[in-house]
Amino acid sequence: MLRLALLGALVVAAVGAVADIAPKDRRSGFEFISPQTQAMQSDETSNPGMLWVADGERLWGESRGSAGKSCASCHDDAVDSMRGVAARYPAFDEETKRPIDLMSRIDQCRAKRQGAPSLTQQSDELLALTAYVAYQSRNMPIAPPDDPRLQPFRDNGRDWFNRRLGQLQLSCASCHDERWGARLGGSVIPQGHPTGYPLYRLEWQSVGSLQRRLRGCLVGVRAQPFDFGAPEFVDIELFLMERARGLPMETPAVRP
Amino acid sequence: MKSTRPTLDEAIRSFTGGAAVREARVKFEISPLVENGNAVPVTVEVDSPMTAADHVRRIALFNEKNPQADVAVFHLGPRSGRARVATRIRLAASQTVVALAETSDGAFWSAQAKVIVTLAACIEDISQQ
Amino acid sequence: MIRALVNVPKTARRGEIIEVRAMIQHVMETGYREGPNGVTIPRNIINRFVCKYAGEEIFSAELFPAISANPYMAFSTVATGSGTLTFEWTDDQGETQSTSAEIAVT
Repeated sequence: MLRLALLGALVVAAVGAVADIAPKDRRSGFEFISPQTQAMQSDETSNPGMLWVADGERLWGESRGSAGKSCASCHDDAVDSMRGVAARYPAFDEETKRPIDLMSRIDQCRAKRQGAPSLTQQSDELLALTAYVAYQSRNMPIAPPDDPRLQPFRDNGRDWFNRRLGQLQLSCASCHDERWGARLGGSVIPQGHPTGYPLYRLEWQSVGSLQRRLRGCLVGVRAQPFDFGAPEFVDIELFLMERARGLPMETPAVRP
Repeated sequence: MKSTRPTLDEAIRSFTGGAAVREARVKFEISPLVENGNAVPVTVEVDSPMTAADHVRRIALFNEKNPQADVAVFHLGPRSGRARVATRIRLAASQTVVALAETSDGAFWSAQAKVIVTLAACIEDISQQ
Repeated sequence: MIRALVNVPKTARRGEIIEVRAMIQHVMETGYREGPNGVTIPRNIINRFVCKYAGEEIFSAELFPAISANPYMAFSTVATGSGTLTFEWTDDQGETQSTSAEIAVT
């Protein structure tokens, strides 16, 4: 039974690998933006996302909730304890027996261990904390965990990536696998790797999450977007991180 | 979006009080093609010794097609050392942008740039946030 | 609670021209945007920025809605002596936010 399941997993992986962009051809969205926007990202003294990172650094040391603890109470200096963490998320969550994304993991920690109220993916406080944690992985290669329990969820994420959706009946793959480098309107289509989240999007004039960006894409193809926190989003992110394996983390990225 | 905003010339005149403006000495760095009009980096540098006797007093930016002509007015002086300012501005559409400098002798100098502003392909629906 | 990042060299030689950068988190609501239901979102911007060096104003700016959100400015000043640079932003309601940075000049 186990052998059959393994064979099935191998077949699925092989079929999937044909569609994925080969590691040597993987390029971050950074390479598809103007030199001015690139400079805005590279220079930390003018990168607007750093305002959220700085805020996150402050929040890291502040007590929250009924337990009277800060993140630092348990995790000490994030520069050490959080190094490399964002590069290997989403990870398997023992409690829910599902993958969990970094933002939700931080929020879960706040609620359970700090006794603090839960925050939404749109909240500046949670975005700031997540940006600060993810910043500790900046320039490190994306290294998704090789946890076999994640495979079915990753496969689900892959299915969503390849599924045509909305009134325009476009899949993620339609643009980001088949037409990256081409133009949609005035914009160059990137490969769609989540290398720099939470990121500062010029269109938002603010830092936002991957889920916010994906909702924007779903609305763009005239599909009903999943709600923030939907399991579909986590499965998709899990797949996207595998698809981006090896690319360096860029949080906080700047994108148009 | 039609409004009764001043023209670029009127905006310049309001800054200079009608004095003559020479298109010289001002270096205006702004990309001719901008992928998002929400944050356009600009740098203005004026050729000036920045001494007490001869320096740039103000640098102003004006635009042609936003709802409002004004962008910013920067106040400098001999303590600046160099007449160079950078910021990020909003441009609502493709248009001309002007950088004006007022020197301590009361003269005005300018540089113009024509900018094409493209928009993101899928503009986010504000109600979906 | 100020959310700002300023960048001043920690040290400089006397007479050296140094570059100073300041960026503050602010939505810079233009007053020209419509929210859902077509109601205009009221203007709410930082309209003035002042930098002082050892108490003397060395740079200031009048800002308008055409300045991007999370306004960023870079300017220069002559390193005249060790001391404190203060940065102050004022919004349409007259509320101010400020921060400071030290420089050692040899």
